[in-house]
Amino acid sequence: MNHGQRHDANPDPILSVRDLRVQIGRKGPQILHGVSLDILPGETYGLVGESGSGKSVTGLSIMGLLKRPLNVSTGTIHYQDQNLLKLGPRARRRLRGDLIAMIFQEPMTALNPVASIGTQIAEMFVIHRGMDWTTARQRAVEALDSVQVPSPEERARAYPHQLSGGMRQRVMIAIALACRPDLLIADEPTTALDVTVQAGVLKLIDELCRAEGTAVLLVSHDLGVIANMCQRVGVMDRGRLIEEQDTAALFANPLHPYTRGLLAARPRLGSRVEGGRKRLTELDEIVPQGARGHDSPTLVTPREVRARATGAPA
Amino acid sequence: MMGFVLRRLLQMIPTILAVVLIIFFIFSVVPGSFLTSLMSEGRNMTNADVLAQMNAQFGLDDPIPVRLWNYVSGLLQFDLGISYRTREPVTSVLAPRLWPSIQLAIAAMTFAAAVGIPLGFMAALRPGSLFDSLTMVTAVSGLSVPEFWLGLLLMYVFALQLGWLPSFGYQENSLRHLILPAVALGVSPMALLARTTRAGVLDVMNADFVRTARAKGVSEPRLVRAHITRNVLVLVLTTMGLQIGSLMGQAIVIEKLFSWPGIGSLLVDSVSVRDIPVVQGAVLVIVLWFLVINMLVDIAYALIDPRIKVA
Repeated sequence: MNHGQRHDANPDPILSVRDLRVQIGRKGPQILHGVSLDILPGETYGLVGESGSGKSVTGLSIMGLLKRPLNVSTGTIHYQDQNLLKLGPRARRRLRGDLIAMIFQEPMTALNPVASIGTQIAEMFVIHRGMDWTTARQRAVEALDSVQVPSPEERARAYPHQLSGGMRQRVMIAIALACRPDLLIADEPTTALDVTVQAGVLKLIDELCRAEGTAVLLVSHDLGVIANMCQRVGVMDRGRLIEEQDTAALFANPLHPYTRGLLAARPRLGSRVEGGRKRLTELDEIVPQGARGHDSPTLVTPREVRARATGAPA
Repeated sequence: MMGFVLRRLLQMIPTILAVVLIIFFIFSVVPGSFLTSLMSEGRNMTNADVLAQMNAQFGLDDPIPVRLWNYVSGLLQFDLGISYRTREPVTSVLAPRLWPSIQLAIAAMTFAAAVGIPLGFMAALRPGSLFDSLTMVTAVSGLSVPEFWLGLLLMYVFALQLGWLPSFGYQENSLRHLILPAVALGVSPMALLARTTRAGVLDVMNADFVRTARAKGVSEPRLVRAHITRNVLVLVLTTMGLQIGSLMGQAIVIEKLFSWPGIGSLLVDSVSVRDIPVVQGAVLVIVLWFLVINMLVDIAYALIDPRIKVA
């Protein structure tokens, strides 16, 4: 499922986030402490971290969907040479769904319960492509077909409650990819799904985005999902991006102690048999003292890590 | 759909039967009868023969089970008995009262919905604003103010002082006569609707599917129109249905106050002279109205919300 290193050919990022800071209200505590990341065209970028580390807030900031009192205090989000944060609400809305789309964790509640599936997909074509509803509904059936929903004509007339969670997430994907966006932000797209349908939904996202050259920002706490899907991974901890590497490198050689903790905390099949009964690794014990206090870690160099491990001054 | 209506109609029968039994037994045990109330008006009814004759004429000397049997078997033929006071069939006493009552209930509800729902919507779209606070203060006041006091106030201002509208009475097809009683009756459901709508909109605004709609790039006006309104309507409809159903019962005071010739004022007049068959008939009409409105609400649910099936 791995895309390989195809982003190397085109190094200009499609989305460039710089020093993004999000806080509660005007004087409230900060949620994001200056996050910077680049997403290259067509790549799948994974964002991992514990709950509350700011993964979703980063995604929502890019979409411009932060709920009050959360707000972006400083920073830039550049997309196609324009700073999204400087755009007016109308221009921002036109981009949303059309060029930057998002799917969410909860497919059970993410669809309007009183509108048919077809209408909810067709709405994308009506808003962004100016189609009339009849044409848009026909296109919606095609979109359902493309996300491998069986008997799409029938399902287009169905309502969300008549579909399973996996089917609803496929509908969400159809909505998100309807206008062939440049970037798809997938916020824990399979977390709420049954394990048996998770793989199918991920494969679908991967295939469709690869076919269209859509970049994906995949937010997940599931390292297995990240390992399978992403070329590059960013690790977040308490509002900071503390490590960023190619996926293979990250799993082979995690630089940051927190990342190592995160990897170690992952339950592995059969580990209990091999190593006998072991306590689950707790992240608190692994993360260095400073990280829990006020001067939280920024990106660390391998030298620093080695220095900390041996106890020598960096 | 027809099957659903038929089933709901059949389901009404046990409810109606229970109501009939309850009111029948209540009026069998309450002290006082039509005859004693006649005497209290100073008429000479002490003649035992006259009393016995009247008792026999109305069947009041039969044992209670026999009277119940006669009443229920009469009901099955849509015969509600004879009014003690006018000696007319109860059905023909009730019939002319029905339309004014329905008119009043519908007018009051129209006022309540036309004012309450938009108020609630606008308040919810600017939560915490001055408009929101004012609306909610008005809503709480509207719920707390006694109807008869509000009715008197409206009469005083709009009929007596301004002279815009007639202060009381009923005229067929006269909207002017309808306005004051409808507003007086509609203020409390209006306030309740404003509150329910506001709470419903705020609730729906936080729903995940609204975030999805925003992520789709839906504009705010379209968001409210196409995504929020219909979901709120499901919540609002429940309140509306319950309100309009109970409005006919609530109208008793207002009908009396405005001399409105409806079921409510008939009920009051009949109770005071112990015209039991008419009282029973009036209560039955109020209950039937409630049941029918509830059925209509259930049908409306199914039209608005696809999750509710009408089989």
